[in-house]
Amino acid sequence: MSHRALLAGLALAVALLFVAALLVGPAGLPPRTALAALFGAEGRALVLVMQEIRLPRALLAAAVGAALGLAGAAMQGLLRNPLAEPGLLGVSAAAALGAVIALQTGLAARFAPALPASALAGAGMAAALMLAVALPRGGTLALILAGIALSALAGAATALVLNLSPNPFAAAEIVFWTMGSLRDRALADLWLASPFLGLGAALVIAARRGLDALTLGEEAAASLGAGLVRLRLLVVLGTAALVGAATAVAGAVGFVGLVVPHLVRPLCGGLPSRTLPAAALGGAAMVLAADLATRLIAPERDLKLGVLTAIVGAPFFLHLVFRTARAEA
Amino acid sequence: MRRALPALALALALALALPAAAGPRRVVSLNLCTDQLAMLLAAPGQIAALSHVARDPRASAMATEARRFPVTHGGAEEVFALAPDLVLAGTYTTRATVGLLRRLGVSVLEVPPPDSVAAARAAILAVGAALGREAAAVSVVADLDRGLAALTAPPGPRPRAAIVAAGGWTGGAATLPGELLARAGLANLAAELGLAAGGYVTLEELVLARPALLVLARPYPGASRAEDLLAHPALRALAAGARTVSPDDADWVCGTPHLLAALAALRAARDAITEAP
Repeated sequence: MSHRALLAGLALAVALLFVAALLVGPAGLPPRTALAALFGAEGRALVLVMQEIRLPRALLAAAVGAALGLAGAAMQGLLRNPLAEPGLLGVSAAAALGAVIALQTGLAARFAPALPASALAGAGMAAALMLAVALPRGGTLALILAGIALSALAGAATALVLNLSPNPFAAAEIVFWTMGSLRDRALADLWLASPFLGLGAALVIAARRGLDALTLGEEAAASLGAGLVRLRLLVVLGTAALVGAATAVAGAVGFVGLVVPHLVRPLCGGLPSRTLPAAALGGAAMVLAADLATRLIAPERDLKLGVLTAIVGAPFFLHLVFRTARAEA
Repeated sequence: MRRALPALALALALALALPAAAGPRRVVSLNLCTDQLAMLLAAPGQIAALSHVARDPRASAMATEARRFPVTHGGAEEVFALAPDLVLAGTYTTRATVGLLRRLGVSVLEVPPPDSVAAARAAILAVGAALGREAAAVSVVADLDRGLAALTAPPGPRPRAAIVAAGGWTGGAATLPGELLARAGLANLAAELGLAAGGYVTLEELVLARPALLVLARPYPGASRAEDLLAHPALRALAAGARTVSPDDADWVCGTPHLLAALAALRAARDAITEAP
């Protein structure tokens, strides 16, 4: 399959899932009515449902998925490790901690962009820490174990902040921050996240040639003129912005950045520059599909996104661990 | 051992006879609602401690009165150290504490959270009997009944109302807020959605149903995603085209005469809708 055909196929899947996301909801509107209301051609209530409830949710699902797919592909390229993923390495958990701190200190209430910025700061620190662990030898085991430790620490700190909150509902939201959900998000959330998502995507895309050179090894990359320090900075900042903004609005959604790059990489000739756009589209499709599933399986129960991505992603991860273990043995 | 038995029997008989004569003298309450019932009914000096929630003005309708009493955080050790002769507890929370106190031989009265006005009356009378304050309980129930009679709406138009709390929770007919809604002369949207005991209503259903009255929960300090729903643009647009009322949560979580304040707020909102031209 040519790369162009792959991207076209993925874009088509995203488009179809996006339309499906707009058409499925507890109100059970006929598709024709729903689409008319989306463009403001129906009664006030229907227009509200389409423009203020379903459209933001579908747009956010696509944006969050694309960010996570992109971040996963970039981290795997930089660390040259197939298991590097923001969720597994604790980057998402640290982003959630940053977001929770911004919300519970009241910072986000006074200055809305403090929410994604604080999540970015958490994600950035975690990504830099993981890079420091990975750099000397690049061992998979050390990286994954460090990720587990960081996830546990960030998760515990998040639980602590929420437990100390004067708000009785906050403590119950540990599940939201560890599993993620897009229920009842508004367009304002998209406006809040999109500058950070755009910045992250731009940084990661700027790193694509360097990541390609890195597949030949660090020395080869250096001899090809790819500045390693600049490359690391681009990817760490880029993934931090992507994961931070996505987590700030949707909570920590795991495994998207693991599964999607893996599925598309063989079709991209193993080249990061080609994997990045495919992973972004694939991630958007995966989160749109997962969010659609949460609404189809149990519309009233607010199933968490991360539950569905983990059901797909965790067996996949185990499979990769077995394969890596065999390769290293 | 044999010689100990008569003494034990005597002690038991005394323990059984004393409360009947004068009521328990050291009462500890572990639950927000029993705290308030104890404050309403107990004789001076009868309360040894309340739960710490009783002093929280967001949750307790009697937060100021509660400042006059010591409070506990409901741990079994803490409660046992107060040597209570009666512990009042809810039926859902502090389960482990209640079990432990019973094993330690403390007498515990469990009071279910009220899901109706009838249950609220029963709880007032039960706590009154346990405290040896039956007359006080009868008088509180009479006050409650008088208030209910004055505030219950006569037959007439019943505008549609929806209760919306954090995360979209709504109270159905089989809840105390649901019953108060009905008494105020309002039709409950939860009934149309088949939620008798209450449940979660989605924002979409709410927007399409367009109730005439939105009974909105007041947000707590701090932040929570569940309460973000109350500030969602779709809900704000809906509220702009309807009437809204936000009774104090503390007034209607427990079955005390304070629920009359919530009922009065609902009734006023309902009358404003039915009397509007």
